[in-house]
Amino acid sequence: MKLTLKIWRQKGPKERGRFETYQVEANPHMSFLEMLDVLNEELIAKKEEPVVFEHDCREGICGTCGMVINGEPHGPLPGTTTCQLHMRHFRDGETIVIEPFRASAFPVMKDLGVDRSAMDRIIQAGGYISVNTGAAQDANAIPIDKDTASQSFDAAACIGCGACIAACPNASAMLFVSAKVSHLALLPQGKVEAKHRAQAMVKQMDLEGFGMCSNITACEAECPKGITVENIARLNREFLSSSLRSEAKL
Amino acid sequence: MSWFSDFLASSIGRKVVMSLTGLFLILFLMVHLAGNLQLLPFLAHDPAGELGRSFNLYSRFMTSNPLIKTVSYLLYASILVHAFQGWVLWSRNRKARGSQGYAIKVNKVAGANAFAATKMGWLGTIIFIFIVIHMYQFWLQMKLGKAPMAVYNGKEAEDLYYVVAEAYKNLGYVIFYVVSMAIIAFHLDHGFQSAFQTLGINHKKYSPLIKWVGRAYAVLVPLGFAIIPIYMYFFM
Amino acid sequence: MSLDSKTPAGPLAEKWTRYRGTMNLVAPNNKRRIDIIVVGSGLAGASAAASLGEMGYNVKCFTFHDSPRRAHSIAAQGGINAAKNYANDGDSVYRLFYDTIKGGDYRSREGNVYRLAEVSRNIIDQAVAQGVPFARDYGGMLDNRSFGGVQVSRTFYARGQTGQQLLLGAYQALSRQIALGTVEMYNRHEMLDLVLVDGKARGIIARNLVTGKLERFAAHAVVLGTGGYGNVFYLSTNAMMCNVTAAWRTVRRGAYMANPCFTQIHPTCIPQSGEYQSKLTLMSESLRNDGRVWVPKTHEDAQAIREGRKTGNDIAEEDRDYFLERRYPAFGNLVPRDVASRAAKVACDEGLGVAPTGLAVFMDFTAAFERYGKSKANSMGIHDASPAKVRELGEAVVSEKYGNLFEMYEKITGENPYKLPMKIYPAVHYTMGGLWVDYNLETNIPGLFATGECNFSDHGANRLGASALMQGLADGYFVLPYTIGQFLSNEIRTPKFSPDSKEFLEAEAATRERLEGLMNIKGSQSVESFHRRLGKIMWEYCGMARNAEGLTKARTMIQALREEFYKDLFVPGSLEEYNPELEKAHRVADFLELGELMVIDALNRQESCGGHFREEYQTPEGEALRDDENFAYVAAWEYTGWDKDPALHKEELTFENVELKTRSYK
Repeated sequence: MKLTLKIWRQKGPKERGRFETYQVEANPHMSFLEMLDVLNEELIAKKEEPVVFEHDCREGICGTCGMVINGEPHGPLPGTTTCQLHMRHFRDGETIVIEPFRASAFPVMKDLGVDRSAMDRIIQAGGYISVNTGAAQDANAIPIDKDTASQSFDAAACIGCGACIAACPNASAMLFVSAKVSHLALLPQGKVEAKHRAQAMVKQMDLEGFGMCSNITACEAECPKGITVENIARLNREFLSSSLRSEAKL
Repeated sequence: MSWFSDFLASSIGRKVVMSLTGLFLILFLMVHLAGNLQLLPFLAHDPAGELGRSFNLYSRFMTSNPLIKTVSYLLYASILVHAFQGWVLWSRNRKARGSQGYAIKVNKVAGANAFAATKMGWLGTIIFIFIVIHMYQFWLQMKLGKAPMAVYNGKEAEDLYYVVAEAYKNLGYVIFYVVSMAIIAFHLDHGFQSAFQTLGINHKKYSPLIKWVGRAYAVLVPLGFAIIPIYMYFFM
Repeated sequence: MSLDSKTPAGPLAEKWTRYRGTMNLVAPNNKRRIDIIVVGSGLAGASAAASLGEMGYNVKCFTFHDSPRRAHSIAAQGGINAAKNYANDGDSVYRLFYDTIKGGDYRSREGNVYRLAEVSRNIIDQAVAQGVPFARDYGGMLDNRSFGGVQVSRTFYARGQTGQQLLLGAYQALSRQIALGTVEMYNRHEMLDLVLVDGKARGIIARNLVTGKLERFAAHAVVLGTGGYGNVFYLSTNAMMCNVTAAWRTVRRGAYMANPCFTQIHPTCIPQSGEYQSKLTLMSESLRNDGRVWVPKTHEDAQAIREGRKTGNDIAEEDRDYFLERRYPAFGNLVPRDVASRAAKVACDEGLGVAPTGLAVFMDFTAAFERYGKSKANSMGIHDASPAKVRELGEAVVSEKYGNLFEMYEKITGENPYKLPMKIYPAVHYTMGGLWVDYNLETNIPGLFATGECNFSDHGANRLGASALMQGLADGYFVLPYTIGQFLSNEIRTPKFSPDSKEFLEAEAATRERLEGLMNIKGSQSVESFHRRLGKIMWEYCGMARNAEGLTKARTMIQALREEFYKDLFVPGSLEEYNPELEKAHRVADFLELGELMVIDALNRQESCGGHFREEYQTPEGEALRDDENFAYVAAWEYTGWDKDPALHKEELTFENVELKTRSYK
């Protein structure tokens, strides 16, 4: 299949970017990234600079890859990361527009690669359970209801790719933050610090310059792992109740 | 009080303020509609020759009862706070989004009204302008004593009915009013359920009901308001 | 020279407890004065960095990813073993130890493996306390499933994403230490050299991948948790950026590489579909709990399927050869990975493969749909369920267990595995070989430690399923943080090192020269093309089956390829900028050296064991034929110079607690 690609090229964070147009010959069994590999090999053969895009596991779990394909983070297929998107979902002769994840908190490093370290800093602010190595009791000491464990897992399935932020018209990180808050708040082990966690993570989220949630739900629609906005409601709940009830100061 | 100001300054705190003021305004709309419907003769059952009597009595009650007066100040404050927070939200979100937009925009959402959800700021701005004109047209006229007086059972009351009826003779104003109601409908459709989500009320069992009630409210209330000028323009 | 493993004396079951109780300690006030560099942030690296930080050391942790959460541990699907015996099926520490030693075909160290089995239990406790949402039963207790090569259920799992959840647990523990300031995190920094001061590992040279600048970092000790080298095969289930560079650079500085030819070929991967393919995707071993592996009995049927005239569903039950069940009745579809992979290769070599390439066998869930469907129907009180209803119910049960794997399969292949049997083929997955370490996880370079997949220690010649996560976390949480004290307790008077000393400056200059060398070749071929060619040589001659002739040939081919690489490579861009092509180039340069060493090791090991199958050494039934007399040793290789034969150092393996037997899963 013959494709026309319009790809965002940008030399560095401070440089101005623009779209460049390329032609590429692909095969329907290729993954989207393999199609870009083909393009890059051609560019290298012509001694031109290949398109920088981030990727690693190519099986949809590491969260490294991510680009906006025809206006959608990770492309048109629901519940699929860019690396798991295959060319059979595109038409022969189609023009595909490829852009980086955009948000003020995600500065472009080069071409399609962006800096998502803000998400790490939010986790560092409180996205964990404070238990030192060796301090744990027997794993079966606290039974956890199967459904609760499963709900917690649903939230924990977040791969931290940032598609929710890229998709949100407000560039809000609420889905990402709420997934971690939910994952931990649902478990008895995580309840202990739940109040502090919600406060600390939201504070960091605000500091990083992410937008505010206005419940547009684009995040859920574009999340490759099916994280739902129910988690955002839970975060709101956790935050509200800790603001009103907790006496602890951050 | 530092915890409270911290809370109000946080992104979720601001949203909670939006949500609470919004819910209060939603509630007010119902009361407002109940009163306005008395403009319709088939609902008001005014005695012959006293067209507008029940509406005028109702509006006198609303402007003189001290409790309602207090609530009305709360209402004005809510509108201002809601609008101000909305503006903060909009400008911060714009900044967070960054100056470089996407070449292709796809509004894919999961359950929200995509148009309304993404345009709340604009819808809200138009509604705010509407409110200003609306207040100028009716409330201010009354406050400035420009409304004629009517006498019911020996007591005077501003004949607001007259003011309204005069206004609705103007087709341009009727169109402006009806269009504004449509915009309020969209604003409500997203705002109603969004207010609950922001307060953390989202449950697999009950959220569909909230969404359903919200949609019904968003359609019926503005429709109720819109019927009045249309009826008055064409049938009276 | 023979190597000393420093395994403590005493009865097997007491070695670790006694050793731990008598080890040298570093007092809290001294820990504050000691710097440790941890390279890698996967299960081993992140857990080690977090634990060392908690203990009070000053830790600097490095990853080439944009975040520690991206390490490839995240992709592990099936589960993690632990001798908890929650399933009450007779499991114990000894049994896990025995299964692991036997599964590794008696090429691992008894002491290490027993310790691994012992601490496996603590890992589950730790993970649960961190909030890892393992699968649970209706009573709220942890659920277990079974994996290849064992007859008990001891595998803990979190759907098909166990590695992700465990890594996030470790990442969160690490994030907490970063917030507390005990760990300084260096994202997007790749280690390119090890710095030795007076023969001890005292620092690294790293390249800041964003700016492209080289940076020097000094510490009292260096810990590697940099993963395996499976990407030497180009196509593997490893992530695209997995590489051997950090480990290989320490080999170039004198560390020994042990058993590099021990690579694991995983039997259940999605077959390759074309030349453009960049990686292979694993289908979790857990699928073999319910999937039955088969090929058609006749060549005609196989041909018809390859040409698309028939599908798997068209082959009648009696015309199918469930070859694993036939050949290994005791373990059936759950034989260890090396055995299952080889059996699939044999079937395809006979011309019975079912993909257009001829390289695939079926994995069929029909029996599972039926079995689960019936039991579900019974539990719902439907006793006269139609076959269609049974199938529907069965599919739902299977979907609950493996839904995400089935989905992934469909995404990649475009075929619905609920309707058609899955096609699978073996692929390179894990490397048992790695840096030689002693019982303390210390390499032969004092102060240089290796943890997780990048060391060689626990899996022998073949790793059992769900043991990689176990080993990575055991090393990082429960072994290294103690054993590193043996070295550091002698360093409490050593002042902080300056990264500006001549050793550091020299190492930096050498690294710069190496990178500039690659940039300045200015030839015409891309890195990728060299990598692909290397991968083909490795897979062809040093893959699932090896022989002396092929290996000898492969060595010459690799040398020639390496020469071509240094003559005709083209790397676009420049040194001091974000340049992924340059990163790939130096990684492939190291693979070109490691590949040759693997071939040399495979030639040297004139026996078949585990993942290393030498065609010359097999039983009449085609099973691996071990030579315990001559090869019960660890082959640790010392780099001696460019294009010179490496020097072999042997660590004899002594087995005091298990009897060496022919591994039989029949």
